[in-house]
Order: sequence, then structure tokens, then C-alpha cells
Amino acid sequence: MKLLTLNFLTCAIKTCKTNPASFPLHPRDAELEIQEADLNLTFLKNILPRLMWEELRVISSELGLPELPATPPAPADLVEPSNTPLDTAEVTLAEGGAEAQEVEETPSQTAKDLHRILLETCIQEGKLVCGSCGHEYAVKEGVANFLLPGHLV
Amino acid sequence: MLPTPSTSHVCFDRVYEPAEDSYLLLDTLSSPSETSFLQDRFKHANSSPPLVLEVGVGSGVVLAFVAANTQSIFGRQDTLTLGTDINSFACRAASQTVRDAIKERENGRSVFLDVVNGDLGSAIRPHSIDVFIFNPPYVPAELPDLSRHEYYNTIAEGKKATSFQQDSYLLQLSYAGGEDGMVVTNRMLEQVPEILSDERGVAYVLLCAQNKPEVVKARIRDWGSGWNAETVGSSGNKAGWEKLVIVRIWKSAD
Repeated sequence: MKLLTLNFLTCAIKTCKTNPASFPLHPRDAELEIQEADLNLTFLKNILPRLMWEELRVISSELGLPELPATPPAPADLVEPSNTPLDTAEVTLAEGGAEAQEVEETPSQTAKDLHRILLETCIQEGKLVCGSCGHEYAVKEGVANFLLPGHLV
Repeated sequence: MLPTPSTSHVCFDRVYEPAEDSYLLLDTLSSPSETSFLQDRFKHANSSPPLVLEVGVGSGVVLAFVAANTQSIFGRQDTLTLGTDINSFACRAASQTVRDAIKERENGRSVFLDVVNGDLGSAIRPHSIDVFIFNPPYVPAELPDLSRHEYYNTIAEGKKATSFQQDSYLLQLSYAGGEDGMVVTNRMLEQVPEILSDERGVAYVLLCAQNKPEVVKARIRDWGSGWNAETVGSSGNKAGWEKLVIVRIWKSAD
């Protein structure tokens, strides 16, 4: 299960929904695995406003991953700075205009790091714990189980 | 015609096999009227990527279709897809279906999150879903005992596979909808206003004739001002007892 998925999940118990402590769910005893995935730069730039950054920092530190900066990167931070508009113009000229479409931007190290944490760092085994009621959801073979025992439904 | 994702790796003894209802969802989501509706809503290049949630993914054929054809459907390539299913075997199978369908694309690869094991949308953060898709268990038939999911979802110790009894329970979960075939759908519809994003959320729900689609639509319009429900796809098979429709549910800006 990818860490970005945790950005969209909460405790499944109804009465927890209104308690801010039910988000994010806290990983515990987690075994992580890196699963390589294509880097989609447009996606990374556009997802920034949807990220609950503070919560992502919490999860990341609970997993013992390198500390994330206090504020999220800006879209411009995700592109390799050598790729200036001037270069783009030159390339377009060199390649003869019409055929040359928008020059592909190169992801910066910041983009690669963000991609790694959001989409390549996966929880394979472990638990996700609600900060409100303390309920533990198991993660097995990368699949989180949010089904509740009968008495909690 | 956009290609249908492959589900050849899925064991249909315990996971719902793509059928007429699944294909009606594919046809509707890629129809000119729906792609134009969705692109109006989501195409703006720098807006945040739409998050698509399918509840009850089964084989994953519908979610994989959306993930692989996001350029044709949404006019953008950064769509996020997420699934849930009560059947743990379906969760694993569907993840593979979606991953394979995305991998087949030379370009325009969208971003697949996960399929989580859960009851409907109960674990979804409120107001985070932009596009919601649901092909419910809609057949009027007795509901299985939902509290026994743990036993049915696990391969018994020392065994290599699920038992026949487990398989039939898991398949029953995929089609049996209780009275009028609406018991599960009604529980899900209750969650829809809570999980849909306030500004641009839209839901696609499949119903069969016995679910009384006109009654369901009228009830949705009564949710409050701005709520709409329209039939946007139909199997058109008037003679068959299982005439299917797709209802689009959305809230218009006042």
C-alpha cells in the first residue's frame, strides 16, 4: 500500500469521522518495500495542493524515513532548473519548429524524492492505527483491511 | 472503441467475472456525452488530479479501463485511481488488472493507488472523491451474513485454496442485494454525499429495473438543493428482465 493512499483514508468507525485525530492513520510495526513506478511530473505538480503535508510528515517520521521539509515544495521546485524557457526556444529552433513540441521537463531531485515517498514506498505488512479510537487495521501482503468485526459495524 | 482490460489472471470461482453490467459501465464512461461532461469538469490542465474511487471493484475491469483510458475520458493523464472491495481476493486480483492495464499504455500512464479491503466507502476520507463508480450487488436475493467476512476472506491454515463454501459466499457478496436488490446500494448512497468532493464530485451508480431506478433518482434529488440524478446509460434490453441503467449523481453549483 502506497503512502499517498493514506492521504485519502480514515478510520472506518463512523463515530471517529468527526474527530480530527482519526486522520491520518498511523503506521505501526510496518515493513516497507520500494516498488518502482513511472514518475509522472504533471501529476506530482498537480497533486501538491491536495497533499495533507503536515500529516504526510508525521507518517514519514513514524516510519523512520528521512525528515520531510516543513513546507511542501512549489511546482517549480520539481523541475530541473537547467530547463529554462531560453533553452526551450533554442531547441525548438534547432529542431525546426513545427515538429518540436513542448520540450519534456526533467524532474528535479525534489520531484524524485517526492515520487519515491508518495508512490514507491509501500507498506507491505503492519498495522494502521486510528489516533481517535485506537483501532488497528492490519496490512497484509500490501492490502489494508478496513473490515470491522461485527460488534463495531 | 477503447480496449477492454485483460482479466485473464483472475480466478472467477471467487471473484465476479466481468459481465453485461461491467461492460455497460465501460461504454457509458467512454460515451461522447459522458467524456464531454467529465472533461468540462476536470480538464483544466493545472487543477488538481481527479481521484476516481470504485467501490466493489471485483476483477478490476472497470477501474482498470478508467486508469488506462484517462486521456480519452478526462482529457488528462494524471488521474488517480483507488478501489475497495469486501472480498480480499478481489482486492489482489483487481490491483493486478489495473497495474497491467496501465503498463500496456505506451504513454499517458495514469497513477494507480491501491485497492483496499473494506466495507463500501467506510474508510474513505470525507469529501476526497471526485468520481465515484459503483456496480452494486443489485439482484433481489437474500444477503449473506456480512459479519463472517474474516472466515471467508482467509485461506484456512494448511489449505492451498478457498473452499467451495467460501467461494460461493464471496460470489454471493458480489450480486445479492437483499430486498428489491437495494439494501447494499442504499447503504452506499447514504455515504455518497459524505465522500464526494464538494466542488466537483460526481457518482456513477448502476441499477437494474427491479431496483426501481425512477424512485431511486427521485430520492437522490430530495437530498437537498443542487443534487441531480439522471440516467446516462442503458442496456436498452427491454425484453430481458435485467434491464440495466447507469445513473449519474452530481451536485450543481447553485
